[in-house]
Formats: sequence, structure tokens, C-alpha cells
Amino acid sequence: MSDVKTVNRDFNTDIIGQFPGGVHPPERKQPASSRPIRRLPLPAELILPVRQHIGPSGKVLVEVGDRVDKGQRLTEAGLSQGLPLHAPTSGIIAAIEERPTAHASGLPEQAIVIHPDGEERWGNKHALPDYHDVEISRLLELVQEAGIAGLGGAGFPTAQKLAQQKPLKHLIINGVECEPYIAADDRLMQEYADDIIAGTRILQYITRCDSVLFAIEDNKPEAIKAIAAAIDDDTQIKLKVVPTKYPSGGEKQLIELLTGHQVPSGKLPMDIGLLMQNVGTAYAVKRAIIHGEPLLERVVTLTGEALEQRGNVWALLGTPIQHLLDESGFNPEKKQRIIMGGPMMGFTLPSTEVPVIKTTNCILAPTDHELPAPGPELACIRCGACSDVCPATLQPQQLQWLAKAKDYDELEKHHLFDCIECGACAYVCPSEIPLVHYYRKAKAEVRNIAREKAKAEQARKRFEARQERLEREKQERLERHRKAAEERKKMQQEKASRPDSKTDSGDEKPAGKSAAVAAAIARAKAKKAAQAAKDNADEDSSAKGNES
Amino acid sequence: MSLFGAVIALGVLALIFGVILGFAAVKFRVESDPIVDQIDEILPQTQCGQCGYPGCRPYAQAIADGDDINKCPPGGEATIKQLADLMGVEPKPLDDAHGEEDVKKVAIIREDECIGCTKCIQACPVDAILGAAKQMHTVIEHECTGCDLCVEPCPVDCIDMVAVKPKPETWQWDLDTVKENIKANSIPVKVVE
Amino acid sequence: MSFKIAPSPHGHNQRTTSEMMRWVCYALVPGVLLQSYFFGPGVWFQITLAVATAVLAEMACTVARERPAFSALRDNTAIVTAILLAISIPSLAPWWVIVIGTLFAIVVVKHVYGGMGQNLFNPAMAGYVLLLISFPVQMTNWLPASTISEHSLTLWQTLHTILFEYTPAGYSVEQLRAGIDGVTMATPLDTIKTELTRGYTLTEIYQGPEFSYFAGAGWQWINLGFLVGGLLLIQQRIISWHIPLGFLAGLCLPAFIAHIFAPDLMPGPIVHALSGATMLGAFFIATDPVSAATSNRGRVIFALLIGFIVFVIRSWGGYPDAVAFAVLLANMCVPLIDRYTRPVVYGHGD
Repeated sequence: MSDVKTVNRDFNTDIIGQFPGGVHPPERKQPASSRPIRRLPLPAELILPVRQHIGPSGKVLVEVGDRVDKGQRLTEAGLSQGLPLHAPTSGIIAAIEERPTAHASGLPEQAIVIHPDGEERWGNKHALPDYHDVEISRLLELVQEAGIAGLGGAGFPTAQKLAQQKPLKHLIINGVECEPYIAADDRLMQEYADDIIAGTRILQYITRCDSVLFAIEDNKPEAIKAIAAAIDDDTQIKLKVVPTKYPSGGEKQLIELLTGHQVPSGKLPMDIGLLMQNVGTAYAVKRAIIHGEPLLERVVTLTGEALEQRGNVWALLGTPIQHLLDESGFNPEKKQRIIMGGPMMGFTLPSTEVPVIKTTNCILAPTDHELPAPGPELACIRCGACSDVCPATLQPQQLQWLAKAKDYDELEKHHLFDCIECGACAYVCPSEIPLVHYYRKAKAEVRNIAREKAKAEQARKRFEARQERLEREKQERLERHRKAAEERKKMQQEKASRPDSKTDSGDEKPAGKSAAVAAAIARAKAKKAAQAAKDNADEDSSAKGNES
Repeated sequence: MSLFGAVIALGVLALIFGVILGFAAVKFRVESDPIVDQIDEILPQTQCGQCGYPGCRPYAQAIADGDDINKCPPGGEATIKQLADLMGVEPKPLDDAHGEEDVKKVAIIREDECIGCTKCIQACPVDAILGAAKQMHTVIEHECTGCDLCVEPCPVDCIDMVAVKPKPETWQWDLDTVKENIKANSIPVKVVE
Repeated sequence: MSFKIAPSPHGHNQRTTSEMMRWVCYALVPGVLLQSYFFGPGVWFQITLAVATAVLAEMACTVARERPAFSALRDNTAIVTAILLAISIPSLAPWWVIVIGTLFAIVVVKHVYGGMGQNLFNPAMAGYVLLLISFPVQMTNWLPASTISEHSLTLWQTLHTILFEYTPAGYSVEQLRAGIDGVTMATPLDTIKTELTRGYTLTEIYQGPEFSYFAGAGWQWINLGFLVGGLLLIQQRIISWHIPLGFLAGLCLPAFIAHIFAPDLMPGPIVHALSGATMLGAFFIATDPVSAATSNRGRVIFALLIGFIVFVIRSWGGYPDAVAFAVLLANMCVPLIDRYTRPVVYGHGD
């Protein structure tokens, strides 16, 4: 602790703001934070969900059976918010199919499966050791092409965050890592401080920002020392040591801590002249620009008492969690939980066949003894402990009543969508109510209602447009008939005057046409009958009648 | 005497308040949407016609004219409840003469069997089927309301109504479904080289 | 291998509602011990009766509401309600008084309103007020503190009195209250109220046997006992300081000002703070989270209101003490207080 104090003094790390609430759960960063990052043997397969970030998925560029090089692009970026995906190692595309994805739902998503060949054969790399004479737009393109997403939280594409053109007061580098157990950023800062600072300078160059605030929580003395040494005498980068409190690493909370300002609801930090990037992202940007390596791997903390070898590893994106567990001496107990993320915000995995994705910072396999499962949910006693710890000064107890009553209008009035789902309220709730879970459900339901409403509105418009069109067509048809009748009348009159003109022989053609259709129908029916005979089970979708 | 005084006083008070209220009713009148529009807002706009009317708006009109509120299977209980609140009547169970509440579905055309007859295109109330005569047809999935109306006209029975698959972003955080989600997409046997 | 699915967060700070309620019971011990010293062992019988009634009533209600019989007992709140009510009533009150009060508190005030967490009013205080207005005689029959009392009852005599309303020797509680001179003694607050109306000054009243040191004989020590327990609750973070402090400030500040202007008519803040149910109310009753305001600002307003109402009723009202009335009146204001003290949500300040 005395080390931290010295660092504090030397770097004049005055924290001007403070955010309300917060909790101090046991940190349990050891032993992961004191062990070097390991490299694991290659897994038997890598599963790369095509969509790893917010937004639509890109177009797949490879086919099953293709040989791919390390770093080769596998998908084309989508229209907006998209990010390309790269082969984390050389190998063969074994499949492109739906696989359970690293999401709390366990639902499947399109994924590219690679069988590594173990050669680690790199494709072309475009290293750019000196970026200072390159245009900023080109650098943004490179960051985009490297597939870099925010490695700290939601995985928002970094280039798009950087590209927003507004003058910046501060660029904030987030090395707070406030959630218990996780030590991935801590270790990265200890071992790769120079690279992170180099990446920070690139980000600084791209955003043309001359003030960087580098925030680290005061429970990481080693990382603070390493970063302080790497900053050296750069006066544009200020190291800010923030007191340990969960969730001080949350974007909004850290901004309030460092600047004393709040990000207005519904706005971005950019709107008040701030931009925040995670230390892992800064590192990835450095690898992408200076070395020309796309984002292929990340540091993952493997921890929890069900693991014998706890620590941090470099995990290739797409590594199945099972592989990570196998390599760290996993002794599952009965009703074992496997948590992706930390104990406060992570979600349990239903299967260990899901892969590491860009936002996977931790795999936690706790015993029931160290993180006991919550007891039965009791009634809320309105003790207000939750509102005391809420970093967004919401009233969780009120939200809980409203969520249970499904009063969605009132929930929005109580600012449900300003909840950052940090879990502090549920952590302190004496009645052990899974508060955050209720909010997530309510949020999903509110979004669902909005989606359904938009869809109904769209359907109504299309229905009305169609009615209008039908009406118009009817009028046009009547008009045509009238005209045709007139025409015929005229023709007849003309015919009467010129009896040798030919009549139209078009009536044969429709007959031919209908014969062709009849034949097609017969063919289709025959085919169908054959199929039905072959496989009865397929026949589940025969048309249902309805009244209209 | 005092009795008359009281009666007169009360009468005058009643008159004054009556005038004030009457005045306020005219002066501060809140223009609300016509009731038919409000009902139409609530209906799911599948335009399926299961209620017996050709589309949601005609049914909205019928409800405004006094028809039952429980004839909309796609809307189900939720819609009936909202309608009951709006109309100030008791919610009642869905009238199963009009069909049952079902999971959300969309139409899928088995394209290799389609003969391009355009019958389904004509049946679709929201123009969600694309195609031309003798060209294979396809359903624009996100425009399909799952109304079922295209199924019957198809001469080769090549249209299936399939349940909409949940996606991670539309998942409702029902943790009980997680195990099923995983089971439903059984993991292929690993091939270790 | 199938893994357990659970919502985040995956840990908890191990302070459950049941445990908090247990702590409340522990914190009551010093006050209750002093109470049984000054007013005899009757309080233990009352607590036993009240807890037994509360547990049975709670089980009956949960069964009637088609939930597992023991589910509601797990949070220990019924027990706390029962104890609070039992120590608020005179130790020698007949057994049916506490039974009726507890039944009303649990069945009507708690479960009819929707059970745990839904009740608008503090169940113990609602029960107390029901008893006070239904059985005013039994509910004001406080014995003089044992240090100044002519009689002291044994365990058996106490039980007999509670069950049959007479001691084995045939004395009624009324008779037991008589002092050496044969004059019936009342509680200190009652004495102040009646003697003031008879034209005595406070200086004269304080000469009476009911007073010693700072305030009423016996009562002051019991209040100090509850103060100690209350501080323990604050130290254990079971309750926050806002309500007790607000309560005492709302009571003592007006009392102090009034005492300066009329020292012989208005008792000072120390007398108020150490009399009647002040400390019990400030630390144990007003702090009931269910019926109190939820934000800290709201809690302070809520507590100031209670303190002030207690002062007003004690000074000018018809009852000598008023914690129960004050708490119920403030309970009614809670939705309003909550409405106007809602904190500004992050990102919504200007």
C-alpha cells in the first residue's frame, strides 16, 4: 500500500469527482494478478461466431474446406457497425454452421469452425512502424480492418467510436478493472505497459487529443508502477489512481470520478467531449497499426476455486471454453457454475462448447463455498439498501415492484433504461431478490413491445398501401375496360367498313399457358406424393383452412 | 324556514358548480383520437381476418360498433386485456371459434416446389411475398405477419408456417429456456485430427 | 455435464433479512432486561405470549393465502413485530390484550394489506393504537418502577395477574399502583400532564417520587437501554442513523426551544428523550423499513415529522405519550414523502 501512496504523490493523481453508491465485494484478484500470462497449446477446433459485436453480421468470405492463413480475413464487414473477422491461426475451415454462442441465452448463431493445422502460418501483414505521416482516415480504416472492438465491455467497434468527429477534452484509458476476480487488464498492464502506452499514443493521434487520463484502481500497485514507468515524462498522459470501489470501472462512473461530470441520459461521453477506451483495446490498436496484426487473441482470466491452475492466458478468439478448463485442472462439483465475466455481471454458461469472443475477459468456475448460490427470494422490506448502493441513483426497490407488476410505462418514468446492470443492488439485497434479473427481463420486454409495435405499424401501413393499390388497379381496370369497349366499338365500326381485317388469335395462347400450369401442378403433386410416401414425418405443414 | 334556506343554498351551489363544470367541459376539452383509431392501434395488424372481418381496421370499426373484443387470436390475452381497458368492459377469454393463440409464425415458401402462380401474392394482405408470374416466389420474412392467408390458395402446398426462432437479441431473459436452447441445437460430434 | 444456470450477480454480501431481524431482537435485549428489572418479569410473559400468537397467526395467514406454512416465518419479521408490541404495553396487562393486539397487527395490518413488505402502517404500532383506544384502562395500568413501588411481585404472582387480572392475594393492578401514601402512581409523562393541569410547576412536579436524576424513575434507564441497543444496530449497519437522529431532533429541538420560553411548563429535551417510548420509537419502531420512507432525505423528513408530532401530542394532546400515533400519522405521509424525495437519476440532473 505504501507503494501506491508514493505513486499517488508523484503523479498528482487528484480525483475530483465521486459517484454515489457502490459496493466493496471481496476482491479475490489473487492469484491471477500475480502470475504471468500463459500461452496454451492450440485447441482442436476454433469456433468463430460471425457476429461478435453489436450490429449485423458480415458476409462470409470462405467456404468449407478452404485453407486459411493466420490473420486471413474470414468475413467482410457489414454496412454499418460491422467488423471483419480473422482466422486466429492457420488451418482448414471445417464447417460453417450454427453453434451455441457465448451469450446468456445459449442460442445458436452462425459460426465458422476452423481446425488448426498447427503451422501458425501468417498471411500478409502490413506493418506500419511509423504512423505519423499516415492520414487519420487511413488509420481508422486499419483499426476497422483489424476487427478491433472494445475489449472492456459491450464490444462496440472501436473505429466507429474513434471516428465520431467532435473536439475532445480528454481521452480516458480505462484500466480500472473493478470487478472482483478479473485480472486480465491488470496482468496486461504489468507485462505490456509500453505497448499499451504506444497504443494510447496512436489513439491520441487519431483523436487529436492532447490530454489523456489513464485510470487504474488503487488495488493494482504493480500495474500502476509499470504504467507510470511507461508514461515516463510524457506530460500529456496523466495517471489517475482511483479508489477501489465497484463499479468505478463503469464508463459513466469513471467519467464522474475523473471529471466530476455526468454523461446526460441518452447521450454519449463524446457529447461532453470525452472518449473512453479500455487498456486491452489500446494494446490491440498498437498490434494492429505497428505490427499489422488483426485482433486474434485476448487475455482471459481463468479463476475460481474449481480450477487448480488459476491465472491469465492468451486465448485465441474462438477457443472453446472446455479447452481452457481442460488446461487449468478443472474439478467440477455438483451443480457447478461456469461464469463468463466476473461474479457481478457475468452470465452462466449452459455449455462449455461456447467459444471465447472479443469481450470474454474472464472464465470463473467458483465452488459453492466461495460464491454461495443465493437463498430463496424473500419479500422486499423496502430497506433501501439497494438505493444506497446504486451508482445511477435509481430506486431499485421501486423498479422491482414495477417490474413485477409489468407496469412498463411507469418503469420508463423511473428511468429503467439508465440502469447499467452492475448488480450492486442485488448484491446487498437482504431479501436476496435477483433485482438485476427482473430489470433485464423488463428491459427485454419493453424492447420487445416497441419492436412489435413498430412491426404492427409497418404492417398496417403496408396493408393500407395495398388496399389503396388494389382500389387504384380496380379503377384502372375499369378505365381500361371502358377504353377497350370503346376501342372495340370503333373497331367494329371500322370492321363493318373493312370486312377483310383479321381477328386476333390470342385465345389459343392462354389455353396453352393453363395447360402448362396444370402440368406443373401435376408434377408438383406427384413429387409431393412420392415424398410423403417416403417420409411421413415431413408432412406437418399442410395448409390450415381459415374462415376468410 | 332554515330548511328552505339550506335547500336554496345547496341549490344555488349546485347551479354554480354545474355551470363551472359545464364551462370547463367545453373550454378544456381534450381532443382524443377517434375510438376506432385507438382500437386499431391495439390490434396486432396481422390482417389475418381470423376475426371474420377483412383486416384489422374493419374489426376495429366493428368493436367500436359493439362487437366482442375476444375475436383476435394473434393478439391473444394481452390484446384482449388492453381492449377491455380501453372500452371499459370486462376482459373475457379468447373466443376459440376464431382460432387459438399460437406462437409467432412466418410463412416460408419451399422455393423448388413453387410454380410461380402468384396466387399467394394476391392473398398476402401486406404485400410481403415477392415474385412474378412463372417466377419462383419468396417471402420477405421481416414483413410477414404470419397471418396464414397465403397457405390455402397455394395449389402445390409449398408454403409452410414456421415458428419464429428466438435470437440472442430478442431473447427474453427466461433462464428456464437456456437448457432447451442448448439441447435444441445439438452439438455435432467433435472430430479430433 | 450440465451446468447450473443462475442470474448475476453470483455472490451476496451475506446479510439477509432474517439475519437483520435477528439482530434487531439481540439489540432489544438491554432495554428489555432493564424493563423487566423495573417493571417485573411480566414483560417476559408478554413477549412469550406475543411471539406464540404471532407465529401461529403468520402460519395461518400464509396457509390461507395458499403458500407453504413456514415460508413467511423465515424472515423473522413477525417475531420482531410481536416483541415490539409486547414491550410497549404494561407488563401486567391481561393476557388477552396482547393476544388481540398481536392478532390485529399480523392478520389485519400485515396480511390483509398483502403481507410482508406491503403494509402501509407499522404493524406493532397499529396494534398498540387499537389496544389503547379499545382498552384504555388496561393499557395505562403501568406499575411504578420497582425502585419506588410498594409491591414487588414474584414470578408466580405476575403470571397469576396476567392470567386472572388479580394477584393470588386478590389485589388488582389498580391497587398495586398505589404509593406509600395510598395515592395511585402514574407514569412520569402522565404525572407531568395531570399535575400541570392542576396548576403545579415542573420544578414542583420533579420533586415527586416518580422522578429521579434526569427524568422518570426507571423509565430513564430503560430508555438508555434501548439507546445502547439502537447504537448497536447502527454500528452493525442494520439501520441507518437518519431516522433515529431525525426523530430525536424533531422531538428535542422544539422541546428545547419551548423549555427556554416556559421552563416551568414545558419539560426539557432530556426529559422528553428519556421518557415514555422515545428511544424504543426512535431506534426500533420508526426504523421499520417497510413503513418508513426509502431515500435518506425522505427518512430524515419522515423522522423529523414523527418527533415533532410526539412533541406536539405530549405537550398539548390528550395522551401522555404519542409515539404510536406519531408513527402511524407519519406512515400515512410516506408515499407523499417518497414521491418528492426521489433522488435525481444519473444523467438527469440539468
